[in-house]
Amino acid sequence: MTQLTKIRATMQVDVADIRIIVTHPMETGQRKDPKTGQVVPPHFIKNVTVTVGGKTVMEAQWSQAVSKNPYLGFRVRGAKAGDKVVVHWEDNKGESETTEATLA
Amino acid sequence: MTMKRLIRILSTIGAVAFGASAVAGAEDDRRHFVELYQNRFAGIQLADYVYGALIFSADAKAQYDSMMVMPPWQDVIEQGRKMWETPLKNGNTYASCFPSEGKNVGGNYPYFDDKLGKVVTFEMAINRCRRDNGEAEYKYDDMATMGTLTVYARSLSDGMSVNIKVEGVGAQAAYETGKRFFYSRRGQLNFACANCHVGNAGNRVRNEFLSPVIGQTTHWPLFRGEGDLWTLQRRYVACNALTRAVPFAIGSEEYNNLEYFHSYMSNGLPMHTAVWRK
Repeated sequence: MTQLTKIRATMQVDVADIRIIVTHPMETGQRKDPKTGQVVPPHFIKNVTVTVGGKTVMEAQWSQAVSKNPYLGFRVRGAKAGDKVVVHWEDNKGESETTEATLA
Repeated sequence: MTMKRLIRILSTIGAVAFGASAVAGAEDDRRHFVELYQNRFAGIQLADYVYGALIFSADAKAQYDSMMVMPPWQDVIEQGRKMWETPLKNGNTYASCFPSEGKNVGGNYPYFDDKLGKVVTFEMAINRCRRDNGEAEYKYDDMATMGTLTVYARSLSDGMSVNIKVEGVGAQAAYETGKRFFYSRRGQLNFACANCHVGNAGNRVRNEFLSPVIGQTTHWPLFRGEGDLWTLQRRYVACNALTRAVPFAIGSEEYNNLEYFHSYMSNGLPMHTAVWRK
């Protein structure tokens, strides 16, 4: 399976700049298929966890309100180059993915 | 200055005498635009014109840069890659239809085909490939098929310089037709392409800057707004509609000729697909 999550983690002097993008449809369950008229079932990411160097730095509970192909960017203090950045998410259909990157 | 002009007039006369006026005409037009913009926007490097209207707004350029670090349209490019690599009905691939397997060729399109007697765009080359290999042609205005395949196929030419050639009588005529389109007023607002993108480049229309002609064709198809895929000719349709004109069809000869003239103006600039525009 192709990797759906992409991570870019760089040190900006003493702060780690972490950017994450997930290729995901993020269906709300409100939309109708224009061809068939059928409601497209909801399909969205529910939980996101990011750890840096084994320590959880961010946890999020997402809902239908988050856009398609969601993008996440934040900065973390106290990290150093070489630390492992691990992103884990799971969606309402039970699909999930864990992706690793090294802080550069 | 007068000496320079004199030399240019003399060299033009020389070119006519040697029957190469076609190249001189198009090249003169391009140089005219380069001079015009470089006089008006002194601080802007020629290579930066590929950013279009973004060169007039540091803020918009910064937003663009941060978006391009992790573009949200990777899934569409991936889909295009699958289409490109899937063999056609008789087992041939798209790569077999293009020189050097489709890599670094996008900058040569559109070109004038002397045998067909008309301009051939990149999209037409894709459809010719499909026809030759026993598949139905894609519709030129269908972004889910033609657009998605083209966006991947043209990304194989990233970094190549635009290299449009106007050689021969037929090519010159097509170029002139495209140029006439560019300078012709149309629609209820009575605007030509040139009204906005030559004299008013860098000025605002409502809250949007108008982009200069050079560099406009280097990065199509591109993504607009929230990831909507647009080919160059889809943009022409929207442009014409904004001037309250009845647009031509995507893939029509009128637009193909315009694309031929229009692409020549970006000669020498690097290609980059796909990018984001407002």
